[in-house]
Amino acid sequence: MIEVRELRREFKVATSKGLRRNYKTVTAVDDVTFAVAAGEAVGYVGPNGAGKSTTIKMLTGILVPTSGHLRVSGVDPSKQRRDLAKRIGVVFGQRSQLWWDLPLGDSFDLLKSIYRVSAQDYKARLDECVELLGLQELLITPVRQLSLGQRMRGEITAALLHAPELLVLDEPTIGLDLESKERLREFLADINTRRGTTLLLTTHDLDDIERLCPRLMVIDHGRVLADGPLDELRAEVTPERELVIDLREPGPAPDVPGVTAVRSEANGLRHHLTFRRAETSAAQLITQVVRQVEVHDLAVVEPEIDDVVRKLYQRQVQQDAHR
Amino acid sequence: MLAGMTTNVVFGLLRLAILSAALTAANGEIADYDIAATNTYVWIGQGLLGFVLLWGNNELAERVRSGDVVVDLYRPWHLQGALLAQDIGRGGYAFLTRLAPPAVFGMLLFPFQFPENPVRWPLFLLSATIALVISFGVRFLVEISAFWLLDNRGLYGFWNVSSGLLCGLTVPISFFPEWARDALWMSPFPALLQAPIDVFLGHGNVGKLLLYQVFWAAVILAIGHFALQRAVRKVVVQGG
Ligand SMILES: Nc1ncnc2c1ncn2[C@@H]1O[C@H](COP(=O)(O)OP(=O)(O)OP(=O)(O)O)[C@@H](O)[C@H]1O
Ligand SMILES: [Mg+2]
Repeated sequence: MIEVRELRREFKVATSKGLRRNYKTVTAVDDVTFAVAAGEAVGYVGPNGAGKSTTIKMLTGILVPTSGHLRVSGVDPSKQRRDLAKRIGVVFGQRSQLWWDLPLGDSFDLLKSIYRVSAQDYKARLDECVELLGLQELLITPVRQLSLGQRMRGEITAALLHAPELLVLDEPTIGLDLESKERLREFLADINTRRGTTLLLTTHDLDDIERLCPRLMVIDHGRVLADGPLDELRAEVTPERELVIDLREPGPAPDVPGVTAVRSEANGLRHHLTFRRAETSAAQLITQVVRQVEVHDLAVVEPEIDDVVRKLYQRQVQQDAHR
Repeated sequence: MLAGMTTNVVFGLLRLAILSAALTAANGEIADYDIAATNTYVWIGQGLLGFVLLWGNNELAERVRSGDVVVDLYRPWHLQGALLAQDIGRGGYAFLTRLAPPAVFGMLLFPFQFPENPVRWPLFLLSATIALVISFGVRFLVEISAFWLLDNRGLYGFWNVSSGLLCGLTVPISFFPEWARDALWMSPFPALLQAPIDVFLGHGNVGKLLLYQVFWAAVILAIGHFALQRAVRKVVVQGG
């Protein structure tokens, strides 16, 4: 679906004002290589200025790469922009593709004509989105009167009316409250699994990834730091997991080889133990623990996805320092 | 809309008063304009102004500046073509609301020079429509200059103040000294306003006027097409 090889984009930015301008070159995307297969859901994350939006602009054909090979849905985006537009859907969280002064429903009608969707397909797709996203009452509301969350649901519907094989979303959940985010994620997960629509999304909310994207790509300073299934990345950068046990009676932490007791709470009623996932399995550990102490409750905690990403950034900083 | 119409009529009356005074001073005729032709020139011109939309709202340029233009660019359409279609649609509405009212006002209240040959009515309509296309083409160029300039308000303002003089709104082009007249008719500007008025009044050769307009419509749309292509390839779309 997406094929990217050594993709690069540089910008010239002025470093001084006035008559004699000095320019320096900023490399926003620095030889990025990756591929996305049909039906995948990929999360593209990185700190501000990492190069996410720049990559997305190139993928959607509105920015020409400085160099590199790029194919989306079989076409070269910047050369066949119109062709591509028919096959992919794009949502920019910070921009609107709806007509500000028209009712939401009229915006959809216009898009139907622009994308030449047959009346039958249009009705089926619109009805589906309207139902799943709860847009019934909003269809007659002018777009400018919609709340951000309502508008976002409209934007996503607008991007799906021509049934794209790939949906690209640049920060779709920006500024939404928890409930709106959850609703959007659920909907996106649904079209990904049921319709097989490929998803590529950028976000600063890592819960989006956790909920939606089996695969995570981390980018910083225009370079891909990590790419793979979330679980694997987690195992790779945070080899330790945590076991939390609640005892029946206050007491010392159980002493099991290969396990470190990090802290205890509630006067020794709760203990946090860490262990390396490569060396000890959670099942083994639990068996040993219950032999030593009387356990009321226990839980294995995976490291937060934020920790994973933070560790990935740190790893990069260290590598750069070594060079 | 009523306010717009009032302003339009007031300006028409003002222009008429000034031109009539000049005419009286020149013994009732300047170039090929007597009082009826002048009156016709003023009121058809007032109507055309809103129909061809000499001064746009610079909206596209604002979208370029803010980066919202990405939304227009990734749609499966030819942006210039889509906007032209939209502008022609606007013209259909403006014909009734902007072109007809001042023209009818002038016809009813002042001596008016109607076309001698009824065929001039549809030809005038054709000429006015081509003028609208050229006007769109020029506005489009002014707006997409924002891709390079980012802030095109200087150019936009310059067009707004100079276009009246260049297109024959301030005074008929035939009032100009010969050298200026010749230079202007080599440029696309009279095609936006003076040409349809001349078609209506029967000044000059209709066929030549229409050909002149079609030529400039094609040239300006072509420049716009290639400029946009270049803008998208060479220039950076703003914003994250
Ligand atoms: N039009 C431009 N002109 C100059 N530099 C630019 C331009 N657009 C982006 N950049 C630079 O390219 C780099 C990457 O920007 P980009 O917008 O891709 O980041 P991002 O990953 O989307 O960040 P964010 O999370 O803040 O949206 C930044 O250093 C930015 O300053
Ligand atoms: Mg961004």
